[in-house]
Amino acid sequence: MAKFRKEGGKRLPAISTASLPDIIFMLLFFFMTTTTMKENTMMVDVKLPEATELTKLEKKSLAKYIYIGVPKRELQKQNGTEARVQLDDAFAKNTSDVGSYISTKREAMPESDQPLMIVSLKVDKDTKMGVVTDVKQELRKAYARKIYYTANERANNY
Amino acid sequence: MKKREIQEINASSMADISFLLLIFFLVTTSMATDKGLFRTLPPPVENKEKPKDIDVNKRNIMLVLVNSNDKLMVNGEVIDVTRLKEKAKEFIANPSGNPDLPEKEVVDVPLIGKYSVTTKHVISLQNDRGTSYQAYIAVQNELVAAYSELRNELSLSKFQRKYAELTDEEQSAVKTVYPSKISEAEPKNYGQVAGGAQ
Repeated sequence: MAKFRKEGGKRLPAISTASLPDIIFMLLFFFMTTTTMKENTMMVDVKLPEATELTKLEKKSLAKYIYIGVPKRELQKQNGTEARVQLDDAFAKNTSDVGSYISTKREAMPESDQPLMIVSLKVDKDTKMGVVTDVKQELRKAYARKIYYTANERANNY
Repeated sequence: MKKREIQEINASSMADISFLLLIFFLVTTSMATDKGLFRTLPPPVENKEKPKDIDVNKRNIMLVLVNSNDKLMVNGEVIDVTRLKEKAKEFIANPSGNPDLPEKEVVDVPLIGKYSVTTKHVISLQNDRGTSYQAYIAVQNELVAAYSELRNELSLSKFQRKYAELTDEEQSAVKTVYPSKISEAEPKNYGQVAGGAQ
């Protein structure tokens, strides 16, 4: 009779994991190229407003960020619950700090990029316009006239 | 003589190392691309003098006021934000030549030819210090939408393509027909108590 089964059940060969690093490296490079470093740690709560006519911010290196919103819960003790302006990793003492912040940021940029600078405003949707208007006036004084109201895409149109 | 074989380097820990790197990048980076409304602010007012009142005919202005309760008023009429786009489109284009809407002027536009354009129209936007940011963005959005819809309609009828797909010259031709003229009033305090540092 023909033998169908070899004696002493043959073990499955171990799966080669030699290509695993390559796969992971591929993933790594994918994420490295498609993502950008976090700009700042958020100290204010920002829920962006919604809009439909949005354009993409093409060159992130040209963008400088200003955050406006109510301080996060754990920071409310020192900073109150009124809307504050966050520049880099600190709160602005008053809105006139925005001007000097923008000019130091601009000087840090290469000269060819300086006129192309865009100020991206990330403002909480419940903020009152008073603060935003003050910041906008400061930006005008600092000749940072290209601004960008960051918003989320609204799915449904009216 | 026995030839000594070169030992292979054990690469099994390579996967762990690259996993570690991968997780590091996943944590420190953000994928979200920024989207938003792009606007250009007017240059600062140089001297403290009162800016000269430019003589603008009343029919050429569309005054959009947003109060601290986020209610909208256009030329003295309270309307809902959903109707703003339609109103703005009618104002910018003035298709029926209504004497209450902006005056038209025949302009020779390259690539398009003679076209009557409301060259002098201005949309003036004023908001209170107490207006919420969401309401402000919604109004801005509707006004931008009005312009882009008009431009799209013109591009489709003249060039059979959408505005975004036109060449630069064609785009600037469409822009001369519908130039974006949204002006924001110099901020005023209306005396109402509202949040915000001075």
